[in-house]
Amino acid sequence: MHPFRYLAAHSIDEAVAALAQSGPRARAMAGGTDLLVQLRAGRYELDAVVDVKHVPELTALTWDGGALTIGAAVPCYRVYEDERIAAAFPGIIDGASIIGGIQVQSRASLGGNLCNAAPSGDAICPLIVHGAIAHVAGPKGKRTMPVSQVPTGPGRNALGEGEFLVAIELPAPARGSGAAYQRFTPRNEMDIAVAGVASAVNLDGSGRIATASIALASVGPTPIVAAEAAASLAGKEPSAAAFAEAGQIAAREARPITDMRGTEVQRRKLVSVLTRRTLEQAVARAKGENA
Amino acid sequence: MSQAPVEKVRIRCTINGQPADFLSAPYVSMLEALRESAELTGTKEGCNDGNCGACTVNLNGRIVDSCLVLAAEADGATIETVEGMAPPEGLHPLQQAFLEEAALQCGICTPGFLVAAKALLEREPDADEHRIRHWLAGNLCRCTGYVQIVDAVQKAQGVLRQG
Amino acid sequence: MTTVDKPHYKVLGTRPIRHDGLDKVLGRAVYGADIKLAGLATGAVLRSPHAHARIKGIDASAALALPGVFAVVTGADMPIADDQLIDMTEEIVNARFASMRIIAHDKALFKGQPVAAVAAVDQNTAQEACRLIKVDYEPLPAVFTVEEAMAPGAPIIHEHLVGTHVGEKVPHTNVAEHTQHVLGDPDAAMDKADVTVEGEFRLARVHQGYIEPHNATAMWYRDGKATVWTSTQGSFPARNAISSVLRMPVSAIKVVPLEIGGGFGGKINIYLEPIAILLSKKAGRPVKVVMDRRSVFEATGPGPGGVVRMKLGADKAGNLVAGTVDIRFAAGAFPGSSISAASTCVFASYRFPSARIDAYDVLTNLTKTAAYRAPGSPQATFATESLMDELAHQLGMDPVALRLQNASKEGDRRPDGIVFPRIGNVEVLEAVRDSDHYRTPLDRAGAAPGHKRGRGVATGYWQGVGNRSTVTLAVNNDGTVALIEGNTDIGGTRASIAMQAAEVLGIPALDVHPTVVDTDSVGYTDLTAGSRTTYATGAAAVKAAEQVVAELKRRAAIMWEVEAADVDFAGGVFTNRKAADQHLSFKQVCARLDRTGGHVSTTGVVNLRGSGGGSFATHVVDVDVDTETGKVEVIRYTAAQDAGTAVHPSYVEGQMAGGAVQGIGWALNEEYYLGPDGSVQNASFLDYRMPTMLDAPTIETLIVEVPNTMHPFGVRGIGESGIVPPQPAIANAMRDALGIRFPELPIKPGRVLEALDAQGA
Repeated sequence: MHPFRYLAAHSIDEAVAALAQSGPRARAMAGGTDLLVQLRAGRYELDAVVDVKHVPELTALTWDGGALTIGAAVPCYRVYEDERIAAAFPGIIDGASIIGGIQVQSRASLGGNLCNAAPSGDAICPLIVHGAIAHVAGPKGKRTMPVSQVPTGPGRNALGEGEFLVAIELPAPARGSGAAYQRFTPRNEMDIAVAGVASAVNLDGSGRIATASIALASVGPTPIVAAEAAASLAGKEPSAAAFAEAGQIAAREARPITDMRGTEVQRRKLVSVLTRRTLEQAVARAKGENA
Repeated sequence: MSQAPVEKVRIRCTINGQPADFLSAPYVSMLEALRESAELTGTKEGCNDGNCGACTVNLNGRIVDSCLVLAAEADGATIETVEGMAPPEGLHPLQQAFLEEAALQCGICTPGFLVAAKALLEREPDADEHRIRHWLAGNLCRCTGYVQIVDAVQKAQGVLRQG
Repeated sequence: MTTVDKPHYKVLGTRPIRHDGLDKVLGRAVYGADIKLAGLATGAVLRSPHAHARIKGIDASAALALPGVFAVVTGADMPIADDQLIDMTEEIVNARFASMRIIAHDKALFKGQPVAAVAAVDQNTAQEACRLIKVDYEPLPAVFTVEEAMAPGAPIIHEHLVGTHVGEKVPHTNVAEHTQHVLGDPDAAMDKADVTVEGEFRLARVHQGYIEPHNATAMWYRDGKATVWTSTQGSFPARNAISSVLRMPVSAIKVVPLEIGGGFGGKINIYLEPIAILLSKKAGRPVKVVMDRRSVFEATGPGPGGVVRMKLGADKAGNLVAGTVDIRFAAGAFPGSSISAASTCVFASYRFPSARIDAYDVLTNLTKTAAYRAPGSPQATFATESLMDELAHQLGMDPVALRLQNASKEGDRRPDGIVFPRIGNVEVLEAVRDSDHYRTPLDRAGAAPGHKRGRGVATGYWQGVGNRSTVTLAVNNDGTVALIEGNTDIGGTRASIAMQAAEVLGIPALDVHPTVVDTDSVGYTDLTAGSRTTYATGAAAVKAAEQVVAELKRRAAIMWEVEAADVDFAGGVFTNRKAADQHLSFKQVCARLDRTGGHVSTTGVVNLRGSGGGSFATHVVDVDVDTETGKVEVIRYTAAQDAGTAVHPSYVEGQMAGGAVQGIGWALNEEYYLGPDGSVQNASFLDYRMPTMLDAPTIETLIVEVPNTMHPFGVRGIGESGIVPPQPAIANAMRDALGIRFPELPIKPGRVLEALDAQGA
């Protein structure tokens, strides 16, 4: 492994300065569970690693009414062990609680999962269907962007040189909304999604689906927003037939490949099944059922 | 390597209740530092990429794969390894139960399992079999088929409950 | 537990805490990578990025110029040269291939093959130095499957290799060996069969998956000697192999076996040991080399994949009349893919009046395969047991009843010529037939919507081996006994060997103190492999203990002033036959050793021909299949096996459960997923999906004890048979659940979905 320096930043300004000082061969590190593996495998070289786990904004969980801001370096366990988050955002918990094993969850963060931009990142699709906003800091100041725009390709993200993710903001869930994420893995834990689907629904006063949002993992170079599948549900009664149809549309929207983790055919089929299953679960949650 | 060599960093921490103070290259993992600098070889390397749990240690109250932590991050930390598990006399009930239930064959995964299981039983003394299996899914064992490990954790659980 | 004519034992069958356990739960046990030596340098290995390439040149000058680098070695440092073909005997051929496998000479033959190695001040410097070595490769066309390797005009991997094809010498071939066994006239018998079943079965490469990577630490001394500390399944065979490839006399090499973190056959071959010695020689200091996980997958010895074509014939009553099989294993870049053991095991479970077994050892541009738990048997038996299941379906018979009706027994001759001694095949099948699991109907209706359930049964066999072992006992005057042996303890064999000595001596198991020592400190001992350690080294311990008893009888006789013939010994108590109320305990006699002639030490040496018939295992499994995703959950699993005499039942159960879970992984998910360039694309524990604790079911174990007539206590080696039945048992359960026969491993979810789609279409 190419030798690198370790810098611990204690404020956003310190982190910006540390990254600026080291140039393009520096990166922010949260849990490090992807970064260190990639460095060791020689995927790229760095001259400096800036540890952002001591920056208060990056390790905070902040509520503003029903909205939640999750610091980019907050480890998964602090998310899924938080009862208030579990009650308000069960779909986020679905993703946060299956990244690696317990050991990895002590370190890995939703922010890191997002920036790592693996098509299979289990945190990303749930964030997308919640309409989450990424807060970014860098040498030119702060900016925000929808989480769906952060991944730009396998392992590539929209952050510029010297930029890093500060936090992820989840808007307050509307009354009558619900979300869920499920993935398929051959093993029951410690595995990478062959395919994953996050679904969110907003039910109107009569129980119909007002709007839906669906995002697909591991079936394209980035997480895919299945807009047509989601649109097909608008105005419909939640029903097995509607969910199945949405699943079939989502399967067409997927752009999977065949690799060591699964085949194209298998992945499309899984998208169809998981879309249906997550919609069922999201609707149940929207209705306040324990699902 | 065109640039000047990277300087070592000083790490002051607590390992198994004892103060530790050592220098480490900043790119070295906590696993490597524990084994090479702290001379605690009970923590094992199985994969070096966070997928086997053999290097599990307790870092500030949470279990981690020490291969995925930089030694430099340990400055100020409290670390417990398998070497710190046993009381001054005798064994931790998990260690005793692993022996009695034949929960180890080759033994290379054992330190990781012990450290992980201890953290579980401290947090959730009444964890059921499914929870035990879920918590320990990040620890691979290739010898036992896991049956006797589950038996041992449940046996230790009983001993710990009785105080 | 089913037991046949078992004598009453005092120690055997109990469950003492293993002698080495304390160090292992305290983190004190010293495994290969844990060794510390003064001035220790760290080694790293540069590996070929090509599956097949001529090496035109290596320039290590930049690596040597890097501060902190002590030495670089390449194939040019290996003493065996290319032009030694004239003196070749089979052993020398193997030594030459072994040398090329350790480090490439003029050609790289698989991706991941070592090409150069560096010793440096630390790990990172050694790795950086490897990256500075320039290798000039000329890539060559490569072959990765048996079909590609055997195709007309295929690139030839070893230009000078002469294959042996059923006795004939054949040059210019990738088929290193074709063997054939024929019993009776299988073609004629097959023609007359009432029922025949046949199929082609395909198998991927699979890795043993031990958690501890390979490692070696070496110190070369100026007098031409070397010491190697390593994790090995056999310190003496490792010493022989190092001696062959480095042309050093065995007496110049000391192999110190440290604790070993799993092997399953994969730590028989040497990989890093000669490299560490050569680096130490050049660096003038000890060098430690530890393999990374990717290289463990890419460049050690997985179990072979390949193709098995089989046909079975039976009469209307369900009696087998003929079996034919064609086994083709992809050996990798050097010959030796366990076709011999596959041939032994493939038809061993049944009485075949006629059979033909053809087996091909086929070279490919992949790392050379090695032994993996019952090497060759699971691959070949997958075909046998899948077809036995089909036969049961065709005949409308219960699968256990069909197997019982045809089960091999004492006196039956296998197609490879061996006549079985007393074996426990029938008793194991009966134990399964009578088990709670098999007698409880599968709850098919309990499956969730979209799920289907099925039950499958399969039998497996491993013949075991005997061979050479040495055990030395030294009696202490406090009544304890030191036991010195040479078998690395992978799974509790210190305990199982010590218990056998304790049984003879009539003392508690923990009063025997076993130590595994280096090759200078005990007599020759073969591998910890082949299910031989508890059996053969145990037999050596019994022999040594019997000598202790004979000597201590003499000492008791001196104390009583009688003849040794007047002293009886039973259950740890010496009795004076001349005065029946006179007794001395083992401890009492030991306490007087110094006054009755001095210290007592004995050595037991054995060279056992064969294993006494080997061990049979039958498993029954219930699966639940999610037909929407193809995911298979094992919902109940029972394993029965013949242990002869179970020495330490906990460790017998542990071997049974461990083998079953390894087999379940093999059945459902594990495989080498190769890229078009021969790279192992899933060379990590993330993507080589071994079962986690949450995937593995509870394994219910049924120990059957049909004593082995070749062992003093009836012990059978039990380490391996348990990995043979799971794959076909699960395939048979899938057939039961879905009506689909899966002839290819692994039965991964994508494959299940495809098959369900095809079924629906």
